[in-house]
Amino acid sequence: MNMIPPRNAQDAAYNFAYLDEATKRMIRRAILKALAIPGHQIPFGAREMPLPYGWGTGGIQVTAAILGPRDVLKVIDQGADDTTNAVSIRAFFARVAGIATTTHTAEATIIQTRHRIPERPLREGQVMVFQVPMPEPLFKLEPRLAETRRLHALGDYSLAQVKLYEDIAHQGEAGSAYNHPVMVGGRYLMSPSPIPGFDNPKLHNSPAIMLFGAGREKKIYAVPPYTTVESLDFDDHPFKPMRAPHACSACGSATSYLDEIIADDQGGRIYVCSDTDHCGENQGR
Amino acid sequence: MSAALLEACGLHLRFGAVRALDDVALEIHPGEVVAIVGESGSGKSTLLRVLAGHVPAQAGRVLYRDAAGDAQEIGALSEAAKRRLMRSEWGFVHQNARDGLRMGISAGGNIGERLMSAGTRNYTEIRTAAADWMARVEMDPARIDEAPRNFSGGMQQRLQIARCLVTQPRLVFMDEPTGGLDVSVQARLLDLIRGLVAELGLAVFFVTHDIAAARLLAHRIIVMRHGRIVEEGLADRVLDDPRHAYTQLLVASVLSA
Repeated sequence: MNMIPPRNAQDAAYNFAYLDEATKRMIRRAILKALAIPGHQIPFGAREMPLPYGWGTGGIQVTAAILGPRDVLKVIDQGADDTTNAVSIRAFFARVAGIATTTHTAEATIIQTRHRIPERPLREGQVMVFQVPMPEPLFKLEPRLAETRRLHALGDYSLAQVKLYEDIAHQGEAGSAYNHPVMVGGRYLMSPSPIPGFDNPKLHNSPAIMLFGAGREKKIYAVPPYTTVESLDFDDHPFKPMRAPHACSACGSATSYLDEIIADDQGGRIYVCSDTDHCGENQGR
Repeated sequence: MSAALLEACGLHLRFGAVRALDDVALEIHPGEVVAIVGESGSGKSTLLRVLAGHVPAQAGRVLYRDAAGDAQEIGALSEAAKRRLMRSEWGFVHQNARDGLRMGISAGGNIGERLMSAGTRNYTEIRTAAADWMARVEMDPARIDEAPRNFSGGMQQRLQIARCLVTQPRLVFMDEPTGGLDVSVQARLLDLIRGLVAELGLAVFFVTHDIAAARLLAHRIIVMRHGRIVEEGLADRVLDDPRHAYTQLLVASVLSA
């Protein structure tokens, strides 16, 4: 373990990590700004990327901007390393940057992700890159973007709290199982991207850097290491991360986040870890 | 007499050639109800919006003495400070309930929003306060989870009042709160407002073209015409012994059943 995987061969027809140097600098400036103001959305000039919007154009640009020749990249999609999106983005960077790739959380220095944070606790020096479809947490409550910016500036998040009140009044609990808004550093309300509420607590005081890239919406935001991240809740209705009350049928873990899989035509179902690397490690033990 | 809660002097505002406010000066003291009357276009609603800081005046200033006893100039407050004031120490009741309520959010959420923006983070507390205020404005607390669009006009207006009063403001602005309601509903609403104002010791600026409503609620009446205050005095004095020709006309135009 922790052997550095070998580098790949870079396709010489491309600049390192696909984007040109000026674009990477522009994105890095946005990232630095985002780290300086945790949770605040920084606009950036997102480029056309060789994959469709919604497939991670924001995340892939952030990754391209921070990637160095000695980085080890892991890409996950819904927790899995072997789904189309994860495989192709990993192959993309192996080709255009020639960097080493891995599926092991422990080996990776950069982890680009869609919908999950790995089960294995992150450490200092690791960077999570989130693919974000809609960066504005107030989007569904206030359709005017100019007005949402005003609300952020004034720190007026009563709208989001009212939404939570309505959820609890009508269905007895918070209505968002994923993308549950969080307060970052006690100042900015932030969309954690569509990760399940189960992963929200992993953002809090994490030793790793959390970067969020939204390609279509052209926004970057970040949570620096050891920053408070609190899920929006009420004192008497504290935020409850949800998890299916089962054990993984592959590795037996009773603590990891599970995917539900329909197993037969009789409605039978099994539950397996959504984090394939974590599940594999548990089975190897 | 105690120090004025809010005082304004030398207010000017023109819309093109129209003088909406022309050298207007007035004050209101804690616990006082001041009615601003006048015909349509006399500048009374504009005056209310300037006093409440929604629209800046072109000249003159508005001073508000906050709960800590410090005089604040409304025009000079930062956006954030103004918002804080509007959500805590002030209330604004719009003529049209749609302007003051969120129509897609339950009655409880509407009342609770002000509490949440003031920092309350306890669900039970918010809900109890909302139910309590619904009862105080004579609404059925059992309808706490219904959206205002299911309520009648009079009920929506009550809900709007509850939403304003839940944070216990010191000064409330009302812009024709009974406008567009039928007479019996108007009478009950006025009765309710009168009771709450007396009970809570609120200071109220209240704009109306309904002289009868002014007589019922107001301690003092300000009569406006063409953006100027033409007459000002105790309510019964102004209504029973109007001095300015325009006030005499206004009082004489009231239909009696």
